[in-house]
Amino acid sequence: MKASQKTESGASRDTLLVLAVSLAGLLTWELVVRWMQVPQFILPAPLTIAQRVAQDFLSGLIFPHFLQTLVEVLGGFLLAAVIGIGLGTLVALVRIVERLVYPFVLALQTVPKVAVAPLFIIWFGFGIEPKIVTSAVIAFFPILVNVIAGLKATDPRRLLLMRALKANRWTTFCKVQLPGMLPYLFAGLEVGIIFAVIGAIVGEFIGASLGLGSLVIQRQASVDVAGVFSVLFYLSFMGVALNLTLRWVARRWVFWERPSDAVSA
Amino acid sequence: MGNAMRVENESKVTPLRMLAPVALELKELSKRYLSSDGGTVQAVASVSATIRKGEFIAILGPSGCGKSTLLMMIAGLVKPSAGTLSFGHASTQPSHPDFGIVFQDPVLFPWRTVQANVELPGEVSGMPRQERARKARELLQLVGLAGFEQQLPSELSGGMQQRVAIARALMLDPQLILMDEPFGALDAMTREQMNLEVQRISIESGATVVFVTHSIAEAAFLADRVLVMSGRPSTVRKSVEVEIERPRPIELMTSDRFGVYVLQLRQLLNVTGDAS
Repeated sequence: MKASQKTESGASRDTLLVLAVSLAGLLTWELVVRWMQVPQFILPAPLTIAQRVAQDFLSGLIFPHFLQTLVEVLGGFLLAAVIGIGLGTLVALVRIVERLVYPFVLALQTVPKVAVAPLFIIWFGFGIEPKIVTSAVIAFFPILVNVIAGLKATDPRRLLLMRALKANRWTTFCKVQLPGMLPYLFAGLEVGIIFAVIGAIVGEFIGASLGLGSLVIQRQASVDVAGVFSVLFYLSFMGVALNLTLRWVARRWVFWERPSDAVSA
Repeated sequence: MGNAMRVENESKVTPLRMLAPVALELKELSKRYLSSDGGTVQAVASVSATIRKGEFIAILGPSGCGKSTLLMMIAGLVKPSAGTLSFGHASTQPSHPDFGIVFQDPVLFPWRTVQANVELPGEVSGMPRQERARKARELLQLVGLAGFEQQLPSELSGGMQQRVAIARALMLDPQLILMDEPFGALDAMTREQMNLEVQRISIESGATVVFVTHSIAEAAFLADRVLVMSGRPSTVRKSVEVEIERPRPIELMTSDRFGVYVLQLRQLLNVTGDAS
C-alpha cells in the first residue's frame, strides 16, 4: 500500500513538473514571437492560437470536421482491430496460415501505405470509405503483430496444465491464450489508435471537403497559420482522448498486470 | 511422541497396503529424446514399478535425472518411447483416469481469482456452476485458504499459491495425484508445513500419490515407498519401504529411525555431503 501511494504522489509530482515545463515553453514561445516580431503567417504566438481555438469552438465551425474525422478514425480503428485480431489469431495458431499468408502480409508492410491511399480514392470514391480504409490499413499492422506476439508468448506450462485437464483446443484458447494475449493486444491497440488518426488525416489530405485534415489543407491554402495550429490542437486533443480512453479500458480488462510495451511493428 | 510407540504395528500395516488393488503399473517404461546434434538422449531407461491404490510413492533422484519425464509419462503428457503403462486391473484400459497434477511452479492464471483458479478443472470438465463453486470453497478450506477466495494469485505468497495449485489438483476428486517437486521453490519452514498438509490430504482423500522430489528428507518423511532413481539414463535403483506408520509427526525427522532411512536413501543415491 505504502509503495503504491509513494509512486502515486511521485506520479502527481511528475504531472506538475510536465505542466510547469509546458507553461514555461509556451511563455518562451509567446515572448520570442513578440520580441522578434515574427509575422503571423510564419509563426503565430500561443495567445493568438488560443484565441483561434476558442473562436473555432464558439462559432461551432470545428464540430462537423471533428466529428467527421472521429468517425473515420473509429471506423478505421475498429476495422483494423477486427482484422488484426482475426488474422493474428489465425497466424499464431494455424501453422498453414503462418507459412502461406504471413509472408505476404510482411511483404505488403514494406509498401508505404501513405502512397497507396490515392488508390483507395479510385476504388472507394470520395466519400468517407477511402478514409476509413486508409486509416484501417495503417492501424492494422501494430495490432496484428502484437496479437501474434501475445499468443505466441503463452506460457507453455499453462498449456501443459490444460492438456493435463484434457481441455480441447477451443477451451484452451478461451481460457488460456485469449486472456494471456490481452496485455499485448491493448499495447497494440494503443499504437493502432494513434496510427488510425494518421491514416484518417492522410486520407483527407488526398481528397475531402470535410474533416480536420481537409480543414488543414483549406487553411494552408489561405496561409492561415493560426488556423492550422488550431486544427492541430483539436487533432492532438482527439488523439490524447482516444488514447486515454483505451488505457482506461485496458486497466479494467487487464487488471492483473501493467499493459506490456507494444511490440514494434 | 505417541507415534513412536506404534513400532509393533508396522508389520501389520505394510502387508495391508500391499494387498490393495493395483492402481498403476509401469512396465519397462523408457523415453529417448532427439538431441540437438541429431543423436538421441536416453532420459528414462526401462522403469518398472507396481503402485497400489492409496500408496504414497516418492520418486527420488538427483536433479535432471529424468524423474520429471517419468512423471509426465505417467500423466500421459509425454509419450513413452517404449514400454507400457496401465491403470488398474485391466491392462489395456484405453482411457487415462482422472488425475490431479501439481507442478514445481503453481501455474495459476493471474487473471482469475483464487476461487476461479481452483474451479478451472471443474469448468473444463463441465461440472455445474453451483457444484464447482461449493467444491472449490471446500478445497480452499482444506488447504487452509478460507477467506482468500476473491484474492488474485499475485496477492498471495509462494507457499499460498502452491496451496491453491494443490486445491486445484483435488478439484475432480482424483484417485491419482501427481506432484512434480511441488515445494522445490519454497523456503524450508514453509516446505515442512506443506509436507504435513500433503500428508494429511493424501490420507484424508485416500488417493494414490506419486511425488517427485530430489529431497531425501522429504521423500522419507512423506512416502510409503521411495523409488530411488539412478542418474541419466534413469532407472529405478531400488524401491525402499519406509516402515513408519502414517500420519507421521514432523518431530519424526529428528528421530533415529528416520535417520536410518535417510542414511539408506543417501547411500543409494551415492551422494555425499548435505542434500536438502
